[in-house]
Amino acid sequence: MSKILDSKVPDGPLADKWDLHKAGLKLVAPNNRRKYNILVVGTGLAGASAAASLAEMNYNVTALCISDSPRRAHSIAAQGGINAAKNYPNDNDSVFRLFYDTIKGGDFRAREANVYRLAQVSSSIIDQCVAQGVPFAREYGGVLANRTFGGAQVSRTFYARGQTGQQLLLGAYSAMMRQVARGKVDLRARREMMDLVVVDGIARGVIARNLVTGELERYAADAVLLCTGGYGNVFYLSTNAMACNVTAAYRAHKRGAFMANPCFTQIHPTCIPVSGDYQSKLTLMSESLRNDGRVWVPKKVGDKRPAKDIPENERDYYLERKYPSFGNMVPRDVASRNAKMACDEGRGVGSSGLAVYLDFEDAIKRDGQPAIEARYGNLFHMYEKITGENPYKAPMRIYPAVHYTMGGLWVDYNLESTVPGLFVLGEANFSDHGANRLGASALMQGLADGYFVVPYTIPAHLVGRSYRKVSTADDEFRQAETQVKERIDRLLAVGGSRTVDSFHRELGLIMWDNCGMARNRKGLEEALEKIPALRKAFWADVKVLGAGANINTELEKAGRVADFLEFGELMCRDALVREESCGGHFREESQTEEGEAKRDDEKYCYVAAWEHAGDGKAPVMHKEDLVFENVKLTQRSYK
Amino acid sequence: MSGKRISLTLKVWRQESAKDAGKMATYEVKDINDEMSFLEMLDVLNEQLVTKGERPITFDHDCREGICGACGFVINGHAHSKEKEITVCQLHMRKFQDGETLVLEPWRAKAFPVLQDLMVDRSAFDRIQAAGGYTSVHTGSAVDANSILIPKVDADAAFDAATCIGCGACVASCKNASAMLFVGAKVSQFALLPQGQVERERRVKAMVERMDAEGFGNCTNEYECEAACPKGISVTNIARMNREFLKAAVTDQG
Repeated sequence: MSKILDSKVPDGPLADKWDLHKAGLKLVAPNNRRKYNILVVGTGLAGASAAASLAEMNYNVTALCISDSPRRAHSIAAQGGINAAKNYPNDNDSVFRLFYDTIKGGDFRAREANVYRLAQVSSSIIDQCVAQGVPFAREYGGVLANRTFGGAQVSRTFYARGQTGQQLLLGAYSAMMRQVARGKVDLRARREMMDLVVVDGIARGVIARNLVTGELERYAADAVLLCTGGYGNVFYLSTNAMACNVTAAYRAHKRGAFMANPCFTQIHPTCIPVSGDYQSKLTLMSESLRNDGRVWVPKKVGDKRPAKDIPENERDYYLERKYPSFGNMVPRDVASRNAKMACDEGRGVGSSGLAVYLDFEDAIKRDGQPAIEARYGNLFHMYEKITGENPYKAPMRIYPAVHYTMGGLWVDYNLESTVPGLFVLGEANFSDHGANRLGASALMQGLADGYFVVPYTIPAHLVGRSYRKVSTADDEFRQAETQVKERIDRLLAVGGSRTVDSFHRELGLIMWDNCGMARNRKGLEEALEKIPALRKAFWADVKVLGAGANINTELEKAGRVADFLEFGELMCRDALVREESCGGHFREESQTEEGEAKRDDEKYCYVAAWEHAGDGKAPVMHKEDLVFENVKLTQRSYK
Repeated sequence: MSGKRISLTLKVWRQESAKDAGKMATYEVKDINDEMSFLEMLDVLNEQLVTKGERPITFDHDCREGICGACGFVINGHAHSKEKEITVCQLHMRKFQDGETLVLEPWRAKAFPVLQDLMVDRSAFDRIQAAGGYTSVHTGSAVDANSILIPKVDADAAFDAATCIGCGACVASCKNASAMLFVGAKVSQFALLPQGQVERERRVKAMVERMDAEGFGNCTNEYECEAACPKGISVTNIARMNREFLKAAVTDQG
């Protein structure tokens, strides 16, 4: 088993591992790099930074983008910032501290060496982005500004107002477009990866669908990089963009790539709540609001009076009551879980009953409205734009929402999956965030993987292995294309009565109720019965109109939902097996007397990597034991 | 939270493909919860169309929070609607009255051919970006970030220009289908920053040439672009681009 899951983490002191590893990695000489074709699937932060960097080195890169332009990737929506151990504020930050905060924040379920490397390269990311012209916030002296984020006692977060993700993505995008102009990146927009092509056990290309013409296209390469983001949309409602999906990763999984810790999802406590059945997505509000806002619900079940009519003694400020020392500033997972509990008890507010109040009345009384405006003006404005309510007059309504997925395809220290030649970058892999991701770390990881890791590790595959020349005319490509076409034809042929979205919504509810903020054996077992039944209903009764040979957005959604309907089952299975609580994974059976998450390091200090065993067969779990040589495992407490 | 119900008449541009001629079609949408977003209202209509066996209305959209720039069409003659500084995904039904008739059309510009219904091809913007919208700095060759000091006012002004989301509303709102606000914003971001100085002249020339080659029109100072821009990008960026271009032309050594 350990032979299959070789993490390739080198021996040696933690601080020297990456340097030692790099020193041992093979090189491809500059004049030889043009002989290698690299296929990058997905052009968000991870994909665009990898495509740009590899093309600069002279590899031939083909990049597939699901949107009309790489600038649309959902990396663009990240608000808060990007961490780096620059120690510019002189507050005693270091690579080790960033490493420690990240691995602790992940509740000790990530690989030490990967996280340390992430912290090591973090500084170079900021340098690179500044050189690209990313307009980070600055002090009057002209130096870069920093702010503090959750899980840290230093200011190490670099930011560009509330649009850090946008500016970093545009930086990576422009670097890639420079290589497009040079002819080193062949950018194909509006293409969706439909399957991975494996030849002699090695990833050699993909089948993609041209979303404008509907044609299936074959792409062959010497290495394939999946940079296709997370799978939060398995819940239907999430803060993810509409096109975010698991298809590329899941198709690779079915072709042999192990899926690691799929049940590790992050649920963010402060989002604008669902307003109705037809809600299509959720919007995040910065958690900094909890610095001044007080979270409450009515004490009485079913109390539908407007907030202003509920007297003080009939309000339950439950976070302040249960966590007197942390109060409203408890970590994300705790805040989220408690909001859900209040609503489950029937004390939720708003027309749907699925919301809690975030009230600024006391802060406004204490500090005056101008002070609150100065702190949160843009957020209040955004809230008002969406809800039509003025949060200076009435409390905000918030509810937790699925936001990020820490799980993903298993990769070794080189970011290579269990399918040789298939590398996985950014949110699509599982590697750096353990069971919970700290704020401002997603941007850091996507860019670390693309700018500073994969350009070094990819030669280990390119020249470290022997593999034959392939052509898109080969049998493996033809067969894969035939299978994709058959699947599309099947979807179009069902001719049932229900829309794709109706199935997706139903799956989302199952996932949210049984594999969401709190999970238990009974609920997960129930989900494991409901999901296959829903999948069966989908293939029997879904209605997808039109043909494959044109723009057909319903068909696109249908393929993605079909994969979510399989993947959701894997998530529940993973959640069922992990009978401990850690980070975002809260098993109700494993809690302390006070109702807090209880880890079980004896039994579950491992990465669960799932192998697809064939349709209709139970997947096989492999374990990569996590070894901690440099940090002491501690139980988190927020009381 | 009002949760009022409204009904609307939609007249929507339907076009099967780039080659199809296209025409307007009328739809009645009934009992729409006015807390919905505009795109959610279209989702509802589309589910009804699919159930009836009719092809749903195609439109680009993704983040649905006004930052990715994917969405955008014209509502009653206004790009992203008549509301200020929003994208169409940020528009909510409470802004409309019961019984209103709304006309939905795609961006109309020679450089943005219609692909289907309200979905257009904006890849011309990517080609302009590829012509020069970057600094030529290889990964790994950057100096320490704080060795480049930038006055806060310059950094803030560069940021204001850099907030462009590439949605194309500026082009759609301009009677000449000019892309000068889009190009001006990118040129300005780099012209305002020390990192952009090395390639300053080459950049503006290459980007403007590409813009012209893509078939975008000229600017005749109507300022419709600024009014339609969901990020409120100022037309002063166009003036800066013109100055930069003139300077580059005058100092051209080649």
